[in-house]
Amino acid sequence: MSLELLQQYWWIIVSLLGALLVFLMFVQGGQTLLYTVGKTETERKLIVNTLGRKWEFTFTTLVTFGGAFFASFPLFYSTSFGGAYWVWMAILFAFIIQAVSYEFRSKPNNFLGQRTYEIFLLVNGILGTVLIGTAVGTFFTGSAFSVDKMNLLNLTGGSNAISAWEGPAHGLEAVLNFTNVALGLSVFFLSRVLGSLYLINSIENDAILTRSKHQLLINSIPFLVFFLYFLGAVLLKDGFAVNPDTAEVTLEPYKYINNFLAMPLVLLLFLAGVVLVLAGIGLTWFKDSRKGIWYAGLGTILTVWMLLLNVGFNNTAYYPAFDCSLEAGSAASQAFMQSSLTIKNSSSSHYTLTAMSYVSLMVPFVLAYIWYAWKSMNNKRISEQELNEEHHTY
Amino acid sequence: MIEFNASLIEWSRAQFALTAMFHWLFVPLTLGITFIIAIMETIYVRTGNPEWKKITRFWMTVFGINFAIGVATGIILEFEFGTNWSNYSWFVGDIFGAPLAVEGIMAFFMESTFIAIMFFGWNKVSKKFHLASTWLTAIGANLSALWILVANAWMQNPTGMNFNPDTARNEMADFWAVLFSPTAINKFLHTITSSYMLAAIVVIGISSWYLLKKREILFAKRSIVIASAFGLLFAVITITTGDSSAREMAKVQPVKFAAMENHYHGRSFAPLVAFGAMTPDADTAKKQNFIFKIEIPNMLSYMAFASPNAFVPGIYDFTYGNPDQGIPSFSERMEKGRLAINSLATYKTAKKAGEDSLAQASLAIFRENYEHFGYGYANAPEDFIPPVKLTFYSFRIMVFLGGFFLILFIYFFWISIKNKVEGKRWLYLIAIFSIPLAYITSQAGWIVAEVGRQPWVIQDLMPTMAAISKIETSSVQVTFWLFAITFTTLLIAELKIMLSQIRKGPQNEGGH
Repeated sequence: MSLELLQQYWWIIVSLLGALLVFLMFVQGGQTLLYTVGKTETERKLIVNTLGRKWEFTFTTLVTFGGAFFASFPLFYSTSFGGAYWVWMAILFAFIIQAVSYEFRSKPNNFLGQRTYEIFLLVNGILGTVLIGTAVGTFFTGSAFSVDKMNLLNLTGGSNAISAWEGPAHGLEAVLNFTNVALGLSVFFLSRVLGSLYLINSIENDAILTRSKHQLLINSIPFLVFFLYFLGAVLLKDGFAVNPDTAEVTLEPYKYINNFLAMPLVLLLFLAGVVLVLAGIGLTWFKDSRKGIWYAGLGTILTVWMLLLNVGFNNTAYYPAFDCSLEAGSAASQAFMQSSLTIKNSSSSHYTLTAMSYVSLMVPFVLAYIWYAWKSMNNKRISEQELNEEHHTY
Repeated sequence: MIEFNASLIEWSRAQFALTAMFHWLFVPLTLGITFIIAIMETIYVRTGNPEWKKITRFWMTVFGINFAIGVATGIILEFEFGTNWSNYSWFVGDIFGAPLAVEGIMAFFMESTFIAIMFFGWNKVSKKFHLASTWLTAIGANLSALWILVANAWMQNPTGMNFNPDTARNEMADFWAVLFSPTAINKFLHTITSSYMLAAIVVIGISSWYLLKKREILFAKRSIVIASAFGLLFAVITITTGDSSAREMAKVQPVKFAAMENHYHGRSFAPLVAFGAMTPDADTAKKQNFIFKIEIPNMLSYMAFASPNAFVPGIYDFTYGNPDQGIPSFSERMEKGRLAINSLATYKTAKKAGEDSLAQASLAIFRENYEHFGYGYANAPEDFIPPVKLTFYSFRIMVFLGGFFLILFIYFFWISIKNKVEGKRWLYLIAIFSIPLAYITSQAGWIVAEVGRQPWVIQDLMPTMAAISKIETSSVQVTFWLFAITFTTLLIAELKIMLSQIRKGPQNEGGH
């Protein structure tokens, strides 16, 4: 395959991993519902044990997403993580405290007490989703950074770092842009929608069922409001276009609408994704279906996947360098944008992408065994009775 | 004089060391105990004896508590390559990122999928499927170790790549050379087998505590027989791979080798310092003097090059050069490194300006000197001498305690098969005390590997000062303390939970 095709292939894979991650954040959403849906100790135990059998999938997907991004687009890894230090550190911190919480929560003599571990789960559910969403928002709105590989060869003093972040907030300034925050909040409320749907699907308990349905409704509304706001803001704003011949990055009006129109299949799948999410919510609410998670889950995957393809393909800078303190369109702003990352200028070499592509052939096999294991474990809803008989519980 | 932000470098190193050492408190047990559990469950499935199920489940509980915190500390490490070492991430991301991605796709998913079945699937899937899941969890855990250790080995001995001057980075040229480099094979085998030893010590130590308390006698005896056989087998492999690692190190990281031995002046028929203590201060030129030492004649020459009369170069030879042995000094290498860096800069400027002949000439100079590239960043030859004392002592702690564990395994295995495990109070105490020693040994091993290679992030190509991100030192200080406090708190929680579970014992593990 040509380098260009490999770059596109890997953008598709990384985007898919990102989309799977958002779907799997039903675990985080479910964690934030722990006290609203679970009113008694038994109910909370049911919720924690239901989510606790899946948390590692989300965690592993996050780690694999990071590894795959590193391998395929190392300049992003280097620029974003090294620059937007605080936002990534905050996200990581939210995941550190999650990893121990399930296992330690109900163990005797656990030092911090059950309540603390439940708060950890809550913090992970809120921070993890809002911050990841906000960070991904910058894929559309840009961040103030510069890249100059010549710095590596600087022996005359000053920094050798090839990338530099403007401003002391190191990524946290992303929360000052409401478009980013809107995406963060959409991911947060979506995770709660998916969390409710997952609890409806997996737990045999009337009180949890009723409360989860209630939560489904009251989280669907803000999700739709914030998501539509984000979508509207992104589609109507100027986007970061790359000239395929000169690699020059410029602002193009309605760039992300143009991308959808230039890639009708992406648009079609994106719309199908949105419809599926709505169908998952609607079927559960109006038809009492308990399989809404599968529609909404598939819908989430398609929507996020296609959004990421939109921002990566059709000569677009997926990680734009943009300093909002400079006047848009000015020469200084124009020069600043030239550090933007595209799938072409940030990717690994032809050899590495090819080697990695062979590795990616294992993905269907991995998905198959995950599916099989998931089915074996979820063939019956979790009930109080099962937990009483179960030896290992959280 | 190149100005570096020394405190940023030190704090970035400290943060990485902190997270790596915390992570490594939990990983080795995970790597080994999963196999021990899988063996125990296999016996249960074969014999149908519920006692073995109880034994399996107890060790599984111990594993679960440990695993969670291993995961928590692990995620930081992966992302710290980007957050704190952003130049490194670009310079070698083309090679280093791939093993991390393969680790995720191939190993982490396997581990996280089957671990759920292992813990929660007893009543949901068939006995055989459950057993297969336990084995796959063990294999998954060890596969993840394979990929990250391949990545680490590549940093110690970069191979299978070419430098691309246009992208200013190293690019992979041979995936198999990266995967099967002798350093990678030694590192993987030595690390996992020593981790199996640690897991065996933990199982024997905890079982000994029960014997000391005269509780769970059958459980303890059975656990000991499996763990001592397992530990003994892998202790032999650990020693063998340790030996080949040292030989490999003498070849590809001779300065680390010299530091590990505090071998200052190179010589033939070099003796090995079996025991020794150094004065608190270093001499000029960082020479560390012994207060006393006990030497084994010719042993160092033999250890390094399998020949008693081989010349083993010392720290002095590398720092100030040894023309007789054809060893250039660090100063010479620094000059060549600067030449490589400057000619690459000229190449890039000339290429941009369309001055082809200058570009080609500069590129030729760059290629000629690339092997010294990383030396160009330092200010003084002494910057390339690793911390000798820490490396020297850590190596001896690792080797002596490793040897002690071998004896312990032999003895426990011997008394197990003779059914004479009971009534040995002193032995139990030694075994219990060996648990913290095993962790110290394991950490010491990594100190040798990582402190011994300083200042290199990538051997000869990139020193720490050229690898860091451009962030404020205060940011790294804040995250350092944040992680230090969080990890310490979680460690205390883990230990308290673990001790409670051990006190509770395997009786409520439900053998049926």
